[in-house]
Amino acid sequence: MPSLKDLKNRIASVKATQKITKAMKMVAAAKLRRAQEAAEAARPYSQRMADVLANIAQAVGADDSVPQLMTGTGKDDTHLLIVCTAERGLCGGFNSQIARFARDHVRKLLAAGKTVKIICVGKKGFDILRREFASLIIDRVDLREVKKIGFENADRIGHKVIELFEKGEFDVCTLFYSEFKSVISQVPTAQQLIPASAGADSAETAEASAIYEYEPDAGAILTDLIPRNISMQIFRALLENVAGEMGAKMSAMDNATRNAGEMIDKLTLNYNRQRQAQITKELIEIISGAEAL
Amino acid sequence: MADSFNFELVSPERLLLSAMVTEVVIPATEGEMTVMANHAPTMTTVKPGVVTVKTADGKSERFAVFGGFADILPTGCTLLAESAVHVDELDRTVLENRIDAVRAELEGAGDEKKTRLEQFIAELTKLGEIVIPA
Repeated sequence: MPSLKDLKNRIASVKATQKITKAMKMVAAAKLRRAQEAAEAARPYSQRMADVLANIAQAVGADDSVPQLMTGTGKDDTHLLIVCTAERGLCGGFNSQIARFARDHVRKLLAAGKTVKIICVGKKGFDILRREFASLIIDRVDLREVKKIGFENADRIGHKVIELFEKGEFDVCTLFYSEFKSVISQVPTAQQLIPASAGADSAETAEASAIYEYEPDAGAILTDLIPRNISMQIFRALLENVAGEMGAKMSAMDNATRNAGEMIDKLTLNYNRQRQAQITKELIEIISGAEAL
Repeated sequence: MADSFNFELVSPERLLLSAMVTEVVIPATEGEMTVMANHAPTMTTVKPGVVTVKTADGKSERFAVFGGFADILPTGCTLLAESAVHVDELDRTVLENRIDAVRAELEGAGDEKKTRLEQFIAELTKLGEIVIPA
């Protein structure tokens, strides 16, 4: 049975912890709002980009001038995975969710006899994936120093990827990140970057597109556009990740604060009960002492 | 009064401008072009330079853009800039930082990339001369 003093100390320490988690929750909430705004602000650009890309892709058609970035190398032997996670922990299962999702993917590819290369963005994902696939990780990008993720950060990663592609280091590139659904739900997502999957979007805009004049020609624009699009996709993924991280951190810290509260209640009850017991004991001692006289 | 059309200037970080305008001057890669209402559908890449916008109520605004591309339709025009700032907010140090960054990249770059980067630097320098009087 812990003494009264021990109990008092424990209550004080849990209270201090609760204060910290509460503060972290509020910080996360503020950052979440900012991250959401940033993600919102980036939306018009990516939307337009997708429209334009679909338009051009259709205009160029199966022409030879389509750059390889769009069509791919025609093989799928070597896969490059870009795994984006957060820089910091204390955000529930956020990082491990992405890492687990990527890990399953890597295992599947390895089982199919493909070669896999990994680029880690963010420290946490690197820490987790390093345990199993240390030899596959070819690069890691550290965004720890970055306060607010700008387009330049994404652009730098994008350039790196394109450089690797031009050297023929990989055939297929997939981006792993966490899609921000809501504060309590973030879904790990895989998105194929190279070859670009035009997919359903292009079919929809097919009728609406006008006949464009291109300056310079469509092929040249496309060559210019696709690297931009890749950077943009990475940028979007990073923004979603930040929003997701903050959301996850907020709910994790909220839980922690609540747990601390419960613990304080339990300890306080225990403390009071013991104090009462001690008072009773002392009273009995005094009374029995008086009777003996 | 000339017809007006909807012009949007978008950078990855935010929507800078969305307004009804009568005239936009775009620094396209193959020379400057002025877009007015009912322009033929055109798509063009944009080099670093100054975009001049004349809004429907007669005001004129200038933005510095650092590359991108424009999508022009008879009813509207969208400029997707890699990065863009209002001319008033641009100052020399920011521009110089950018130039330095590109210079750093120049070291150890391949031939083809080198010419491209050098051209980029020249364009940035020229932009600086236009925007900020020495």
